This record gives sequence, C-alpha cells and structure tokens, in this order.
Amino acid sequence: MKEVYFLRCRECGKKYANTPQSFCEECFSPLEVSYDYEALSHAVKREALAHRAFDMWRYAELLPLPEGFTPAASVGGTPLVRSKKLSGEWGIKNLYFKNDAVCFPTLSFKDRVVATALAAARRFGFKTVGCSSTGNLANAVAAQGAQQGFETTVFIPADLEPAKILNTAVYGARIIRIDGNYDHVNRLCTQIADRFQWGLVNVNLRPYYAEGSKTHGYEIAEQLGWELPDNVVVPMAGGSLIGKIAKAFCELAHLGWVEPKHVKFFGAQATGCSPIADAVKRGLSRVEPQKPNTIARSLAIGNPADGHYARRLIAETGGWAECISDPEIIDAIKLLAQTEGIFAETAGGVTAGVTAKLIQQGRIRPDETTVVCITGNGLKTTDAIAADFPATEAIPPKLEAFEALLAQQLDEPVRVRSNA
Amino acid sequence: MAITIEIPTAFRRFTDGAPKLESGATTVAEALNELVTRFPGLSRHVRDDEGQIRQFINVYLNDEDIRFLGGEASALKDGDKLLLVPSIAGG
Repeated sequence: MKEVYFLRCRECGKKYANTPQSFCEECFSPLEVSYDYEALSHAVKREALAHRAFDMWRYAELLPLPEGFTPAASVGGTPLVRSKKLSGEWGIKNLYFKNDAVCFPTLSFKDRVVATALAAARRFGFKTVGCSSTGNLANAVAAQGAQQGFETTVFIPADLEPAKILNTAVYGARIIRIDGNYDHVNRLCTQIADRFQWGLVNVNLRPYYAEGSKTHGYEIAEQLGWELPDNVVVPMAGGSLIGKIAKAFCELAHLGWVEPKHVKFFGAQATGCSPIADAVKRGLSRVEPQKPNTIARSLAIGNPADGHYARRLIAETGGWAECISDPEIIDAIKLLAQTEGIFAETAGGVTAGVTAKLIQQGRIRPDETTVVCITGNGLKTTDAIAADFPATEAIPPKLEAFEALLAQQLDEPVRVRSNA
Repeated sequence: MAITIEIPTAFRRFTDGAPKLESGATTVAEALNELVTRFPGLSRHVRDDEGQIRQFINVYLNDEDIRFLGGEASALKDGDKLLLVPSIAGG
C-alpha cells in the first residue's frame, strides 16, 4: 500500500515527506502527522477489527507505521472500567475509567507512544534511541528499546522517584541524571537532537511518537460500543494526550466508525504545576510557563510543548481545566483504590480528584457519559503515599493474639463460630 | 562587554550558516533586534506581526527561560549566553 501519512506544520500547513523532525523549517512551529483520509477509508473497515487481537495494533492502518511493519510486542488494549461505587458517590450515572495503569509492557500510556516512535526510529535507521522523561517515558523507552535491540539513553531530572529510575535501569538503559527540572532536561535534549544522530522519541521523533496516544482514544470509543462519550477528563503534562484523543475521535467520525458527537475535553493538573489549567481559568491566549513543585512528577512540566493546543481544544469544546493540591492528590489515589480497585500513580490521583471537582462545579453533568483517563500505575509512585500507611504491629502466629488484636481494632465484639 | 547568541541548526539557513553571534547588547530585546538586523531573513520567524516573540520560539538566558527573568527587558552582562530554541518538544 502507498504510504498515506506525512508531516504537516500545525501553523502554516506546509507539508513534509516523512523525516525525523518535530518543527517546521519555515515558521518553527510544531509538525504533526497527517493522513490521506480518503485512502485510509479504503484501507481498512471497522468490521475487519473483529478478528484482531485487542491491543493498539488493531488500529495499525490509522497509525504512521512503515510498510511491512510487524509489532515487536502487544501494547495497549487496556480495560475501560465502568464505575460502580464512585459513580454513586459522585452522583453521576455513566462514569468510566480508561485504565492505562495496566498498559503493557511498563504500566503507563507511554508504552503506546514509544511503540509508534520506535517503529519510526527503525524506519529512519537510528541505532540509538532516547528521550527526556519524567519517568514513565524512560521506562517505556528502556523496555521496548531493549526488546528491539536499540541502544537506549534517557535523560531525567536528578531527583525523580527512585522506583521510576530503577524501572528504567533494570532494562540496561544508560541513564543521564540532570541537575534541574524536566524543562531543563527537555531543553538539553533539544540541543542533543540538534547535534547527535539519535532518535529522541519525544524530540525529533515527536510527531510519530504522539500519534501512539490516539490508540487510547480509539479504544475508549470501541469499548463504549463504537460511541463517543460526552466528556473526557485527561491529565496534562506536555498537553499532547488530550489533543490526540480528540484527533482519534475526529478520525473515527470521519471514517464513519462512530456517529459524530460534540465531546467536551477537560484537563487535569496539579496545583504545583498548572500552566495549562491556569491559562484556561484566566482566559489567557498564551500559556505561561511555571516552575513545577508537586508530587505529581509525571505531570511536572512547566513549559508544556502542546499547552497552546490543549488550552485551545478545551476552550473550543466547552470543557474546562482544574487543578488540585498535593494532599488532595493523595486522597484521590486512596479513594480510587478503595472504591474502584485501581491503584493509580500521582497523575491518576490528579485526574480522579479533578473529576470530582468538575462534577461538584456542575461542569460535568450527572446524565452524561464521562471517561476519566488513568495513565500510570501507583506501584511507581509509592513514596508519595507511603507515610499514610505505616507498617502495622506484628503479632505472634497464634489465634489468641489475632483475636486480641481484632478486639482491639474493632468496636464490636468478635463473633466466632460456636463450635470453634 | 560581549554576549553570545547561540543559533540552532534550524535557524542557520537564515544566518549564512553562522552558529553564533557575538553582541554588545545590554538587554535581551536589544540582542534579538541585533540578531534580526544582522540576519533580516530571521526577522519574521522570531517575532510575530505584533512584535511579540513568536509563540513557539523559546529564548533562554544562560540556563533560564527569559519569561522567568523579566522577558525581553532582562539585562545582559559580559559573558552571558542567549539560546534560541524553536518549538520546544518533550512531554
């Protein structure tokens, strides 16, 4: 099949043949992958998906994959969990959690973007791949890079959560810790991409990388029975995911796979790093950078690359953006775990907590279908909540000791079987 | 007194391949004006029609984004480095 995708400047519209570059040579604005949708509509029909495995590759024709591409591993295909308890607690009828906390292979939605980025890296002949990362992306690059035989070098802020560093190191990746925040790391990576012949997934491969996020959106629509929700609540770091979910929905409507629908997009950030939410709430036309200071490290990007587009999407769709404090994030992580059985990382706490706030504000209405995007796993950010769960007292392995402990912890007497 | 403006590869087709420009400017605004006066082809890429630095151009003074330093009014001192980054990526 003839290649149906190419690069296009998001501002001036200039088209480019496929190449590892993230910005327009004419106006220095971001490039994005665009498609010949007429050709796409003939390339694949929705019915063809019925016979494919449930992972992100079932939408292969809608992704920028080189000819003859064969997936190295199953990625994506995560559950859309219908809420039973929180929906009642929050007084909202149709509430869903798209749970990328269990995305394979490294338990975050970054597996999706790395999958398409490495397909591009192979196509362009890179031997070394890397990224600037707040943690999850480094995990995904290290794991998939190792499996596919790339040399991997990742750049991270020096003070990242130990679990996220370990979850990268174990795959044999070279880790460069940078004294500074993510925005410093990111700027350095832009300079490195300028000088080295490396495939940095979120720098020079960024247009291809970002397309992987669309599969999060495709899956939501398919799991809702090929229908679009009324509202989507999305965590925002660089601000790319929210736009790619919107792009996925638009494409599905364009292809006739779903009925077109007005979907409202809501963005979630932590108060300690909320440049996009701040711009939405203050009605600013430009996103102003911030110095991040929050436990939600995976969202701690003070100068978000797609902040401008995220802000615009939220405004244009009639959505909103909110932020919550670090203590509220911890409460929301616990609430999500103790009601829905989903252990999300700090970013998931942000998204769940912001959803509650949006419902309270009346911006998300009870009769609407709302999908909340959970993008990472709580096992990677245990240090954020460890203090809330101190080790319990150990008891001897004796029944009497257990009964004594139980009596101490419960208000009512312990009832045991009469014949015991 | 001299400062250095570092020019990324993407800009160099407008600067005859020059990777940097030495300048005697005392503020960021002066330095950018000197850059676009010296290389007029860059002018419309650095500033928009209203004269603001373009949305997707990032300017750093040494290690800091100038938006944290007082923007274009930020004062320069001898040995400072000004870095232009087109369309920050990441995320």
